[in-house]
Amino acid sequence: MKGRVLVVDDDTALAEMLGIVLRGEGFEPSFVADGDKALAAFRETKPDLVLLDLMLPGRDGIEVCRLIRAESGVPIVMLTAKSDTVDVVVGLESGADDYIVKPFKPKELVARIRARLRRSEEPAPEQLAIGDLVIDVAGHSVKRDGQSIALTPLEFDLLVALARKPWQVFTREVLLEQVWGYRHAADTRLVNVHVQRLRSKVEKDPERPEIVVTVRGVGYKAGPS
Amino acid sequence: MSQDSAASQSGRPGARPGRPVGRRTGSEWGRRFVEGGLLHGGVQGSPVLRLLLRWVRRPLLPVIRLWRRNIQLRIVVTTLLMSLGVVLLLGFVVIGQVRNGLLEAKVKASQSQAVGGFTVAGQRADSAASAGGGDDNSGTGNSPVQNVSGWMSDLVESLSSGGQGAFDVVTLGTTAVDNDNRGLGPRASGGVDPSQSVPAALRKRVESGTGVSQSYTRIVYTDSRSPQPALIIGKQVNDPNGDPYQLYYLFPLTQEEKSLSLVRTTLATAGLFVVVLLGAIAWLVVRQVVAPVRMAAGIAERLSAGRLQERMKVTGEDDIARLGEAFNKMAQNLQLKIQQLEELSRMQRRFVSDVSHELRTPLTTVRMAADVIHEARVDFDPVTARSAELLADQLDRFESLLADLLEISRFDAGAAALEAEPIDLRDVVRRVVSGAEPLAERKGTRIRVVGDQQPVVAEADARRVERVLRNLVVNAVEHGEGEDVVVKLAAAGGAVAVAVRDYGVGLKPGEATRVFSRFWRADPARARTTGGTGLGLSIALEDARLHGGWLQAWGEPGGGSQFRLTLPRTADEPLRGAPIPLEPKDSRRNRGLNDAGGSRGAAEKAATVPAAPSYDKVPAPRDPIGPRTAAVTPTADPTALPGNGARVVSRPGGGEQRRDEGTQGPAESGDRPGERDQGEAFRGR
Repeated sequence: MKGRVLVVDDDTALAEMLGIVLRGEGFEPSFVADGDKALAAFRETKPDLVLLDLMLPGRDGIEVCRLIRAESGVPIVMLTAKSDTVDVVVGLESGADDYIVKPFKPKELVARIRARLRRSEEPAPEQLAIGDLVIDVAGHSVKRDGQSIALTPLEFDLLVALARKPWQVFTREVLLEQVWGYRHAADTRLVNVHVQRLRSKVEKDPERPEIVVTVRGVGYKAGPS
Repeated sequence: MSQDSAASQSGRPGARPGRPVGRRTGSEWGRRFVEGGLLHGGVQGSPVLRLLLRWVRRPLLPVIRLWRRNIQLRIVVTTLLMSLGVVLLLGFVVIGQVRNGLLEAKVKASQSQAVGGFTVAGQRADSAASAGGGDDNSGTGNSPVQNVSGWMSDLVESLSSGGQGAFDVVTLGTTAVDNDNRGLGPRASGGVDPSQSVPAALRKRVESGTGVSQSYTRIVYTDSRSPQPALIIGKQVNDPNGDPYQLYYLFPLTQEEKSLSLVRTTLATAGLFVVVLLGAIAWLVVRQVVAPVRMAAGIAERLSAGRLQERMKVTGEDDIARLGEAFNKMAQNLQLKIQQLEELSRMQRRFVSDVSHELRTPLTTVRMAADVIHEARVDFDPVTARSAELLADQLDRFESLLADLLEISRFDAGAAALEAEPIDLRDVVRRVVSGAEPLAERKGTRIRVVGDQQPVVAEADARRVERVLRNLVVNAVEHGEGEDVVVKLAAAGGAVAVAVRDYGVGLKPGEATRVFSRFWRADPARARTTGGTGLGLSIALEDARLHGGWLQAWGEPGGGSQFRLTLPRTADEPLRGAPIPLEPKDSRRNRGLNDAGGSRGAAEKAATVPAAPSYDKVPAPRDPIGPRTAAVTPTADPTALPGNGARVVSRPGGGEQRRDEGTQGPAESGDRPGERDQGEAFRGR
């Protein structure tokens, strides 16, 4: 099982504790304490997941998140002490897949990490169509008129979840469970932000979405193909 | 025409000043009518009249609005009206004086002229009589009627010729006798219509007396000349035969009329100028005062709109300048204070944020370490293992307390933001109820949901509403003494409501408002047996307020309690009522007292009643300080340390439950009053 986790955190005690917990769960953690060095460390270690503290010396976590996302779709989980709306939303918009608020329990953290890594299990070959998009689930590719569209794994999962049941309207809670792996109610802003990000990539006009359609007061559904 | 009437009415000078007075009362009536009826629509009477008035009022409304709003217009119009009144009054007085002066002279001259005329007529009659008598005696045989007729014509001719058009002469026979036969038919000089020019009243007066009578009249001409005002003086004299006839002198007042008209025109012109000038002056003066006031009003508006750097221009040292200076000083102080407050709020928010971060990072490490130790406790000796348990438990409590404190301080700093979107409260309730199931099972409580057939949609922040409801439901389960907990949903009008009813120990009178106080506890002497930060309901109340909604409590001792959350259907709509009554239908008061509670219930009801209405309308103001003395004495109570090693803080969702900041889970249980109040724990059902 892939299990390299890059921990970007300036608090050495917390980083060490994270290391203890992650090793205990069978992951291979590596550490970087400075935002400026985070990108270099990321390129060097090629982690399967990044744990990223939002408040960092040097570049802040949001900036680091944006830089990593610019070159990779690797899952990013933010560690944040601030659960204020703005911080979380900015973090998610800069490309983080999920966030976890300090203080958290080790089990909670591990569950999140596993949920993000879970998708590496090989899916069966499957072709899906949503709108004018063709999705190759096993090949992890989305194409419009033969042109492939780059999506992060999370965005891909979100799109696949919608495309598999185009007749169904998904509430945000259901999507949280299916895509993020939350078994209990969580922050529905996760869904909102990632739907926006997904739309900005797959929609011809993100202002008038045709692929991921909002059902007001309920949730989202796949557009007609 | 008005000039004529004025002249003809001069016999009643009292009517003169009466006219403007009459007009003023008329306008007053009109004003009362307009204000009482047109402006306020309070017209009594038939609907037709009201309809008519409304119809009339509609086009007047813009004018009325302008009148109400524009002080300059009001002052100028008032000045115009008042100066017009003064000018009119003055004009009438002056004209009256002038006319009296003019007429007095004319009347005197005319009277002497007429008296002379009457004398002449008398003398000529006498002389004609003596001459006629001689004729008769000489036996000429001339008929006396013939003679008199001719003589009369001569008389009129000769009398009028003396005046050279300054007057005309009219003779009339007495009405009592047959004049035509005696040759005393009406005669007149200068083309005057004799019968129409002499007023009947005067004629009667002249006939009845022997003296000289006078009056004002209008000369009517037989030719095409227009009638003229005139003074008429008449007397009954005898003709040569000794028969009485009436002789009138008519003095036309054309000249006087002309003079009067000139004076009137002059006065009117002057008056008009005065009024217009006064209006203009009033306009200018008022503008000087109103302009700065308007400027101040405009700037005050901009100030209140947030443009705090706005100031008035100040010139000179007069009252207006003082107003400006005072205004500017006020604005300056206001700006300063607002900046200070903003700075404070900003600092507070930063402080909260910093504390949040600085505290949470080490707490995370401690938490993880504690969990690792806790996991490994089976390998420890019993004392260390128990210590590890306590450590993990109290860390849980510490975390929720920290989260609640931060949340409260975020509310206090005004940094809490509402993320409202249309949500179905049924989903929220479903999640809350399923989250509370494990706790309810442990307590032997059944949670029933009522009113979830229809969607209950409102614009709300799902996260906050869920937090409020979880708090209420968990509280109800914890204090429900194993009885059912009923969650009721309803939507009506512009509001939606969720009420959580339990049948536990309930609330004592007065506690319904105090449960929302921070760190409030029903019985300070009683140590807390369950966890909870004491802030849960305070945060819930703030959450409700942030939505523009209400969170209210009702309870009766031993009869359970009901907590009701009311939210407006749309985020910016003010709440007017709730679709669910705060006091449930099955309260002891509503059901009457025919239950097992009997006489005791009656006493408690009396105690509950006064407290009930006070919190029925608005959320009760919370006590900002609250009885903090009751806050924490956690582990001293032996019941807090159950020998079986169970956790002090019960947590239904288990360790996996993700916690936002803020209050979640059953941590609020300590908020509720009257817990374990076994003395009161009879059930009102």
